Amino acid sequence: MQQNAQPAPEDDRPIAKSRSVDLVVLLLLLALACLLGWDSARVGNAWGDDGPQAGYFPFYLSVLMGAACIFGLARLFAASGHTADGFITRHQFVRVMQVFVPTLAFVIVTEFLGLYVASFLLVAGFMWWIGGMALWKSVLTSFLFAAAMFLTFEIAFNVIMPKGPLEAVFGF
Amino acid sequence: MEAFELLLQGFLTLMTVQKLALMMVGLILGVFVGVLPGLGGPNGVAILLPLTFSMDPTSAIVMLSCLYWGALFGGAITSILFNIPGEAWSVATTFDGYPMAQKGQAAQALTAAFTSSFIGSLVAVILITFLAPRIADFALKFGPPEFFAVYLLTFCSFVGLGREEKHKIVISLTLGLLLTGIGMDTVSGQLRMTFGFTDLLRGINFLVAVIGLFGISEILVTMEESLALRGHAARINPKVVWQTWKTLPRYWITITRSAFIGCWLGITPGGAIAASFMGYNLAKRFARDKESFGKGRIDGVLAPETAAHAAGTSALLPMLALGIPGSGTAAILLGGLLVWGLNPGPLLFVEHKEFVWGTIASMYLGNIVGLVLVLSTVPLFAAVLRVPFAAIAPMIVVSCAIGAYAIQNAMFDIWLMLGFGLLGYVFKKLDYPLAPLTLALVLGSRTEDAFRLSMIGAAGDLRVFWSNGLVGTITTLALVLLFWPMIGRAFEHARKLMHPARKAT
Repeated sequence: MQQNAQPAPEDDRPIAKSRSVDLVVLLLLLALACLLGWDSARVGNAWGDDGPQAGYFPFYLSVLMGAACIFGLARLFAASGHTADGFITRHQFVRVMQVFVPTLAFVIVTEFLGLYVASFLLVAGFMWWIGGMALWKSVLTSFLFAAAMFLTFEIAFNVIMPKGPLEAVFGF
Repeated sequence: MEAFELLLQGFLTLMTVQKLALMMVGLILGVFVGVLPGLGGPNGVAILLPLTFSMDPTSAIVMLSCLYWGALFGGAITSILFNIPGEAWSVATTFDGYPMAQKGQAAQALTAAFTSSFIGSLVAVILITFLAPRIADFALKFGPPEFFAVYLLTFCSFVGLGREEKHKIVISLTLGLLLTGIGMDTVSGQLRMTFGFTDLLRGINFLVAVIGLFGISEILVTMEESLALRGHAARINPKVVWQTWKTLPRYWITITRSAFIGCWLGITPGGAIAASFMGYNLAKRFARDKESFGKGRIDGVLAPETAAHAAGTSALLPMLALGIPGSGTAAILLGGLLVWGLNPGPLLFVEHKEFVWGTIASMYLGNIVGLVLVLSTVPLFAAVLRVPFAAIAPMIVVSCAIGAYAIQNAMFDIWLMLGFGLLGYVFKKLDYPLAPLTLALVLGSRTEDAFRLSMIGAAGDLRVFWSNGLVGTITTLALVLLFWPMIGRAFEHARKLMHPARKAT
């Protein structure tokens, strides 16, 4: 790909350290563990007459996960300064967002227009806008792709997908 | 030979035009999936699973398992021609495969890779044929405590033997187990961890999670690395194939060793990835000139490929016989079995004979047809990689969304898939292992059920896990594996203490 040919020096600076991302992830997981543990305690985490209650397993799993998170956090603080390797560079971040944002948009559009229209827009838009391909090529490819998907799933295999107003016009 | 007769019956079930056609479709799709970076065995199977919902179980598993063989073959093409492992288990193949292609021996390398994969799978299938009925007989003695002990063993071996940092493995494992607990509790009927969201009542389907964890996250990782595809052309003609085959008997020790390692690691949940590296490293260690490894040696291709395929194939044995998948893809096939209304485990061998033996027969046939197919169509598949990633990436995203939605017809699952995609991406970048998470998602609820049924049976007495020789051995083994790093260190320590003592005397 072309971006690779011109790595501007400022682009290769990491915008986040692995350590900081790990820290955030561990804190989020710890919060999740607390939340799930709290809910399981509410359901009942005791040992009944015939074995554990419904919340028993989730509660102690939350405790275990929380403990592992705290251990991980402790290690991060103990090793502070040593690990400075980057999680992601600005350049990489832009590229990841180039996929993630269209994917997010695709899911939102699917909610309203159905999956087939959304996938037509995603493939055509991605090829034209991010891939830099000719407009007619992008539109043709994505139309064929969406049509093939529709024929395969909706008609041949009878797997129902979310559909929107366009399909309704044709009676599906 | 009872196994032989049953196998013959299996072949007979396969001999219909429809099943053979599905086999071909599965193989071709599988090679595609294996060649494309950003798709792989597990995702390919997960995404195509919905297609099989309306098929009968035998046709469905034939197609999906052929897809799996195809993906195993396909991974080798990209490793050798493009130095890009299409699959994690073909990383070790690039070490010597790509240098061979650089030296102009791409055709030899590919022939060697395909043939050794074929041999690896064949050894594993033969093993399955003769071992599966016995394991199933043995497993019929299993009750809930035994099953719980086996699940425990699986989880413990991940924690004890995993190479990642232990707390990361534990987090990955517990997160998976917690996620399976969401929804209605099967024993008491109470709602757990749903926080009033109706979408969470169904629980989190592990296929949705897998599609996100592997499919979406892989797209993000691939995009970040920005592929510069510069590959070598290859055309395989029968002469090269024959000449390469003539040299293979020289490497029989390497191939046998790798096949053995592969079978072992496939049955225990070590998986194809570990097997391919181990096969390569051992071949290197036992070779006379270690220096030439990595510079294009043919046994550097043979060793990892044989091991990876032996492992990939034998991973299906514990899945069929015990309901415990030995690899990520086997885990998804297991999910498929449940959707098709089959209950994996020893009873499968009694109640659905034609299904089991049809599957095993399709392993033989699929591998033979696959070998011929890949040998004859390499240039075609290598051309796939020249299709721009900008066209493939959105199509993979769409396929993932279709796969995720079709499982439960729920829009919420597409959102969930996206969330798991992000989680998978971050976990991959931070070296959190994804395998324990996947395995926990598959086995979680069954583990809990097995435990609680044992408790109900034993009136809450934990000693039930040591109540007879079988379950006691498994449980003890699980605990030993869990604390293996500490036990290993203790042994080391003891040896050091012994050593000076011996010197003194």
